[in-house]
Order: sequence, then C-alpha cells, then structure tokens
Amino acid sequence: MVNRQPDQAIVVSGLGKRFGTRWVLRGVSLDVMRGEAVGLMGPNGSGKSTVLRILGTLLNPNAGSGSVDGHDIVRDASSVRGKIGFLAHTPGLYDDLTARENLRFAADMLGLSHTVADGSLERVGLAHVADDRVRGFSAGMQRRLGLARLILRSPRVLLLDEPYSNLDNEGVELMNSVINDVVRSEGAALVALHELAPAKAMLDRTLTIVDGRIEAPR
Amino acid sequence: MAWRDDWRRVRAIAKKDVTTELRAKAGFNSVASLGVTILILLGLALGPDAEALRNAAVGAVWLATLFAGVLAFNRSFQVELESGALEPLLQYPGPRWTIFAGKLLGNLIFLTLMVTIVVAAGVVLFGVRIPDRWPSLLGVILLGVVGLVVLGTFYASMASRSRAREVLLPLLLFPMLVPVLLAATTASKALLGADVMHEAGAWIRLLVAYDLVFLIATFIAFEHVIEA
Repeated sequence: MVNRQPDQAIVVSGLGKRFGTRWVLRGVSLDVMRGEAVGLMGPNGSGKSTVLRILGTLLNPNAGSGSVDGHDIVRDASSVRGKIGFLAHTPGLYDDLTARENLRFAADMLGLSHTVADGSLERVGLAHVADDRVRGFSAGMQRRLGLARLILRSPRVLLLDEPYSNLDNEGVELMNSVINDVVRSEGAALVALHELAPAKAMLDRTLTIVDGRIEAPR
Repeated sequence: MAWRDDWRRVRAIAKKDVTTELRAKAGFNSVASLGVTILILLGLALGPDAEALRNAAVGAVWLATLFAGVLAFNRSFQVELESGALEPLLQYPGPRWTIFAGKLLGNLIFLTLMVTIVVAAGVVLFGVRIPDRWPSLLGVILLGVVGLVVLGTFYASMASRSRAREVLLPLLLFPMLVPVLLAATTASKALLGADVMHEAGAWIRLLVAYDLVFLIATFIAFEHVIEA
C-alpha cells in the first residue's frame, strides 16, 4: 500500500516487473512532488521505459505499488489514464490518416471538439501540413504531432520517454514549454532520458536507474 | 451523458479503421481480390456443369468470405501495431469495451462491403438465380457476417500481441466458426432452393442465438484479453 502525501503527484514503492524469468525492475521506489520535473536517467535496458509504462497503466507490476495524482495504478487505472500525458518511444500515429485526422480522432476519443484539435496542431507548428498524410512526415514532425496529441489531453502528470529524440532546437524548446506549463500548474513530469543536455534547465532533480534499481538521488 | 461519449468513441474508432483500410493499398483491394480469386478458382475447379456450379455457389461464397475475413481481422489490429498506436489507444480514458465495439463496427462495415462484392461475383460466376425470398437470404448473410465479425474481431485482439498472430488467428478462429458457417451455408442453400424440408428457420434461429451469445461473451471478455 502506498503512503501518499497530498503534495506527491507520483509515488512508487517497491515496484518489481518480470518478463518471463528475468526481473527488469527490482524494488524501484521513487516519488515526484507536484510542481516538480524529475529526470530518470540510465543506460539502455536499465528499466526506465518499464517504469513509465507501468505508471502509464500499460503494464501491470509483479510486485510493489504506485499511484499517480492520488489514483492507484492497478486498482484505479481508468482514473490514472484520465490524468496522464504519456509520450512513448514510438509516435503511435496512423500513417494513412492526415495530421488533422489523427488529432481529430484523439479529440473524439477524449470528448473534445475538433476546434481544440486544430488549435493543438497550430501550437506545435504543423498547421501548414495539417492535411498531409503522416506517412510522409519526418521523425521530428511525427514527434511534434505526438506532442500535439499529448497537449490535447491537458494532463496533470507527464510521463515522457526520451521526449527529445528526433527533435530540432525549436522542437526541444516546444517540448520544454509544454513540460513547463504542466509543472507550473501544480502538475508533475517524470522524464526518461539517456542524455541530460536538452532537459537540464527543466529538471529539478534526476534519478539514476541501473539494472532495474534506483541508484542514488542526485 | 456517458453513453454519448461511449458512442462517440465507438464511432471514431470505426471511422478511423474504415478510412485507414480503404486508403491503405494492402487493405480493401487485397481482401476483395482474395475473395473473388477464391470464387474464380473454385468455379474453374468445378468445370462447366451449370447445375454443379449452382449447388456449390453458397459454399464457395462463404468460403471466400471466411478467408478474406481472416485477412481483414488480422489487418484491423495490425494497423494499431504497425506504428505502436495500440498503446495510445489503450490509454484513452473511458471503458475498454468501446475499443472492441469500435473495432467490431469497423470490421462489420468493411466485411459487409467485401461480402457485397463476393456475393455479386458469386451470382455472376456461378449463375445463381435470385430467389423470391431474397430478403430472408439477405438476413442470413448479415447474421453470418455478424457471427464472423464478432468472433474474428475478438480472436484478432487476442492474437494481436503474439508474434505468430497470422498463424494463431485461424487456429483459434476456425473451430469456433464451424457452427456459424454450417448454419449460414445450410440456411442460404435452403433459401436458394425450394426448402422442402423447411429447415431454414431452425438454422436461422441457431445463427441468431450463436451471434447473441458470443456478442455478449466477447464484450465481457475483451477487457481481460487486452489488459496489461
């Protein structure tokens, strides 16, 4: 059972995850306070993405517990999904739909108007290619479109997995402004990274995960 | 109103699936081509005997529908997996059954379009005369398609996370579809002929019962199948 303080946006206690016989997380405990952006650093295969995927309700843990914005990630997963903005490695877009159609689909799924979707597209600087199919987009443009979909959700907690990959300088600034907006409105962000540089100014602190264990807070 | 939000999600998923399938080159064209090709090959195998062709027409049409349907069901979840779109789909708030309902509606529209082509091709290639009781025949075709789509969509979702999904889906699906195909084929054949044994009604009732039972069961089970 997680002992959550009111100002904690993310709490994880003794989290364990096993794929087959291999434990990829071994008793991970961490917390992120409201108004805080925390970096989760570590080499490839260290368990960063798995932590985020468990917090994003995409995987169930084999041990331990956690909560996001006061909701248990296993028992109250549906409420957690309503609070988070999750950006994964892969963009998760439909290649044969246009950028506008992708966002309007997301708006329909979230119960929002199409005007909000179009506004989100403008914010990420993709209004000029709104009616182009995503199949022809560069990796950076797809990343921006993923960010536009994330903005649509008005998340309280951001779970970002290598959010700066494939982004140009303008894209990095955009990503940082989105993180800043959420954190400043008493939200929180947990950002998985293997390179600190683009996020350094944004992060309040970093945690290091190695071989499924949190090493030491810095 | 929660049901309006749910219906909006169902519609959005169905619309997205139909749009992507119609736009993708590997989508509708390949599935419809497979269906028509199976009909042509069976027609060639049966030879020029008009009576034999007419007798085999119903079986050929349902066989073509089955194989083309399996391809379509696999595609419906393949679209989500290709660019990692399944995970964002699972992360939208709201009940998970709406995802299943949306996929089911999308597959139903898609397969109905495909069956229209296959039936039309079957009528032409096998020289089938349209019976007086064509509305009943249309009803049987729709009930059969619903049965195929309900089980096909469910098992495609189950197989979607497996690497061997193309092999796994037919293995799981075909045994479960035997009652649907038996009832649909026998009822269709009875309606195309004189139905002297009055057997169509019993097979139609079986189709309705089977569709209803599996519609309810798959809606209940989907959440557990797709769960993390």
